[in-house]
Amino acid sequence: MMELVLALLIWAAGWGLNAWLARSAVSETRAVQFLVPFIFGATLVLVWEMVVRGLNVPMVILPAPSVIAMRFASSLPILWVDFVQTFLKGALGGYVIGCAAAFLVAILVDRYDFLRRGLLPVGNFVAALPIVGTAPILVMWFGFDWQSKAAVVVVMVFFPMLVNTVAGLREASAMQRDLMQTYAASYGQAFFKLRLPAAMPFIFNGLKISTTLALIGAIVAEFFGSPTLGMGFRISTSVGQLALDMVWAEIVVAALAGSAFYGVVALVEKAVTFWHPSQRA
Amino acid sequence: MMRTFWAVLVVVAAIVLFWYAAAVPMNIKTALTQAEREGAVISPEGAAARRDMSAIALSLANPAQWGDTLVQDKPRLPTPDQVAVELWQTSGAMVLKGRAFSKRSLLFHGWVTLSATLLGFGIGTVLGILLAVGIVHSRVMDMSVMPWAIVSQTIPIIALAPMIIVVLYSVGVQGIIPKAIISAYLSFFPVVVGMVKGLRSPDSMQLDLLRTYNASTSQGFWKLRLPSSLPYLFASLKVAIAASLVGAIVGELPTGAVSGLGARLLAGSYYGQTIQIWSALFAAAILAALLVGILGMIERLLLRRMGVVA
Repeated sequence: MMELVLALLIWAAGWGLNAWLARSAVSETRAVQFLVPFIFGATLVLVWEMVVRGLNVPMVILPAPSVIAMRFASSLPILWVDFVQTFLKGALGGYVIGCAAAFLVAILVDRYDFLRRGLLPVGNFVAALPIVGTAPILVMWFGFDWQSKAAVVVVMVFFPMLVNTVAGLREASAMQRDLMQTYAASYGQAFFKLRLPAAMPFIFNGLKISTTLALIGAIVAEFFGSPTLGMGFRISTSVGQLALDMVWAEIVVAALAGSAFYGVVALVEKAVTFWHPSQRA
Repeated sequence: MMRTFWAVLVVVAAIVLFWYAAAVPMNIKTALTQAEREGAVISPEGAAARRDMSAIALSLANPAQWGDTLVQDKPRLPTPDQVAVELWQTSGAMVLKGRAFSKRSLLFHGWVTLSATLLGFGIGTVLGILLAVGIVHSRVMDMSVMPWAIVSQTIPIIALAPMIIVVLYSVGVQGIIPKAIISAYLSFFPVVVGMVKGLRSPDSMQLDLLRTYNASTSQGFWKLRLPSSLPYLFASLKVAIAASLVGAIVGELPTGAVSGLGARLLAGSYYGQTIQIWSALFAAAILAALLVGILGMIERLLLRRMGVVA
């Protein structure tokens, strides 16, 4: 009972603090912009902890954050091995191959108008389909190890990346292209000096969308069969053993890996497309 | 328009041709083993000699067995016509026989998945719009919730799916609800982010105009913010419904569900029924295309009624 009252108090205090911060004069500063969501998140975690303790929620339904944190700290080696298997080998391997292949195909598609007409609608169509469904087929073809997960990721990231890159390569305006022509620039010169830089915001958009897809693909593919390691494998077996603290620990890893991956790509984008209006704000 | 149509047709035809061409080397090893058992002359002889040879070399050495590669029961890669026949036999043909919703019908499995998708999509969309309205009108909510909604886009929340299924199962909830919950939270965040962007899309000129009219907040909401958010809303609804479908399919995996497209995929991969996997995959693809297409149609009708020329 005590804990439930405490949970209510914490919630009220956190929300009140945020309301005060948001209305205060310093609400536009960077520190506060960062602090407010942090307080909100911390409040949620504390309330979660108190409610789980107060109601004696069994661990097979919802473990308390402290239990998850302890499990996380005590099984770092397992989590690391799973992370290497699923993220570094499966997701990252497939991401690099898939994005590179899509980029090269996009250059071809852009070069030949016929391909652009024909392949782009097909690509747009495929990009909206539930491609994770190919996982059982690819697991059958490439075996249980990370190669099949990388293959799923390749298929998942290929079309979003292709569509974005092709759209980007058409971004340079007719005026700019004409200017290149008056300079007697070759295709290669115009490509590297004008069209590729102009395409960068679109390419990075594709790269950013693909980061999330890559992790989803690698994790879901492991539900269809994997060696005895990997984040998806650990999640599905731990769920079977009702070891939910382990499941949550893996989810924390997945969340950290996903946002770090996205963050790194966004940082590179900032460095490459520093000239773009959206980055100069 | 015509040129685009022909180009698409040529590309699709090229994909189908490539598919047939790929089916030969993919299936050649089993075809050769089978043919040798029946007494045909294969080069090189014996399965052991062929084990380490590349599939393409084997295919080139045995053109007589190409036909066999395209008609197997459990091929590694079924041909387009095998998949099409399976799709027809488990949907249209069963309707003609009057057993449209028997356990073997893809219509039945498709409906199981579709109902969970739609229920979850509905819940997720309503909650997402409500939260977006709250975010736009409350500065505290904007500052505390919005960053988390954006971060949630970058993490694979689908990893929660197996846990939700099992936890709800252990408290006695099963069937459509757990899958719908997964679909709901997958569609929730894209809707929130898109809707917030949309509700904020009116520029200061338009907002100032309403202020000169002395319009109240709710009038501003119904007459300006909501209508101008619709294009953004529909863009994220299309993302959300695709995510909902993936959520419902993945939600059918962990419990070994017996019905639904995800269950067909899983059962097919257990028993090596490749044709069944491919037909379930195409059923899911057709379903996704239909759902996105319907949303696009509603969007066009709505925007035309609102006088937006699109």
